[in-house]
Amino acid sequence: MTAAIRQILRDHGRLPVDPDDLADDADLYQAGLTSHASVNVMLAVEDTFDTEFPDEMLTRASFESIGAIASAVGRLTGDAAA
Amino acid sequence: MSVGVSASLDLAFLAAVRRVADEVAAPNAIDVDRDARFPDETIDALRAEGALAAFVPPELGGGGVSFRALAEGCFELGRRCGASAMVFAMHQIQVVSMVRHLDGAPWFESYLGELAREGRLVASVTSEVGTGGDVGRSVAAVEPGEGGLFTLEKQAPTVSYGEYADDLFVTLRRAPDAEPGDQVLVLVRKADLELEPKGTWDPMGMRGTCSPGFVVRGSFAAEQVLPTPFPRVSMESMVPVSHILWSHLWLGIATDAFDRARAFVRAAAKQKPGQPLPAAQRLSHLMSQLSLLRAEVASGLTDFEEASASPNREPLSTMAAALRFNNLKIAASEQAPRVCQDAMTVCGIVGFKNDTPFSIGRHLRDTMSAVLMVSNDRIHESNAGLLLIAKDV
Repeated sequence: MTAAIRQILRDHGRLPVDPDDLADDADLYQAGLTSHASVNVMLAVEDTFDTEFPDEMLTRASFESIGAIASAVGRLTGDAAA
Repeated sequence: MSVGVSASLDLAFLAAVRRVADEVAAPNAIDVDRDARFPDETIDALRAEGALAAFVPPELGGGGVSFRALAEGCFELGRRCGASAMVFAMHQIQVVSMVRHLDGAPWFESYLGELAREGRLVASVTSEVGTGGDVGRSVAAVEPGEGGLFTLEKQAPTVSYGEYADDLFVTLRRAPDAEPGDQVLVLVRKADLELEPKGTWDPMGMRGTCSPGFVVRGSFAAEQVLPTPFPRVSMESMVPVSHILWSHLWLGIATDAFDRARAFVRAAAKQKPGQPLPAAQRLSHLMSQLSLLRAEVASGLTDFEEASASPNREPLSTMAAALRFNNLKIAASEQAPRVCQDAMTVCGIVGFKNDTPFSIGRHLRDTMSAVLMVSNDRIHESNAGLLLIAKDV
């Protein structure tokens, strides 16, 4: 799943670094993710994993790292492997 | 018992603010506006009442009043002098952000004690040349300096009451190599600052806030960086608190415009008892416009109190909350000048003239700044993005 999330970040995150160079727990906002770009990342994550984040999960913390996104998606889709 | 204590602190604070508003801010408002001068006597009077430290917790030497009382204080000052109310509100936004996010940092606890003892006034330096009005990005950074200290140099297009503040609360990138959005807040003391004025200050309204641009240079120690990163402070406190305190003072200005229109209609009715009075009907329309503004401002405050009372203030970090407080700002900033303009229509020429008891010109000019302070266009742009993803709005 983290590979798919890295691809989404590559396509929509507009980061100054390659997502492959970011650890799963690296802070995406410190890496340069803007609030504007994060909306597009969220949309792409919902689309890719065919899920919808409820409002209480649409927080800065849910999207602060690749690992946090994977765990949020895992909770929604029931994918224990996440 | 604590509820009773806090309620009595709130009452005493509000009585003091009302007295300053009526006895000091009101008689100086015309002069402050005409000369675009800082409302010294009002800020001094608020300082003498301990009102500048009202939100600082009692254990640090402050007044310990509720956030609701602060908001009501902004409303009361707004009824008498919009610029004084704005200076008070801007200062409180900095204090509230520090109190809510100092995270036990000893330097900030001791600073707040000092602020309470000396009645220090804090100004904000968030906007910056080259960021297109986006306070969520910085160009200037925390730079390593000599002797273990750090330095800053920031081109600020406006610093409200910068020349009159004792200290500045500045957003900077965390380090020279940090991304634009990786920001921290730094409290820099006046003694360690140099402000190089850029441009003049002759605006249409809010003239007493004295907000020209400056190049800000200064030095500070590592402890003067607020422990909580700016994006979190911004989302949980600085943005919603700004929108709530600003909207309260805009409501105050609009309420005084309404009061003047009502006084005009009463005077006209006394002069011609029993005769039809078109202005009376206009006043009724005006009241319904004012009540819409009042309702939005009141519910914004209540929603913020409820969200703040949740564990970790969780609801404040959701997109739904960002939309909610953005909408408060947009609605109040558009409705307040509308109420003032309609009040002027009720009063007619005596409302248009600057030297009658029914003058509305200053109210209208002051509230017209509301749509520009954090431009509504930028807020709509941000909302448009949030609406793509937020569900229950």
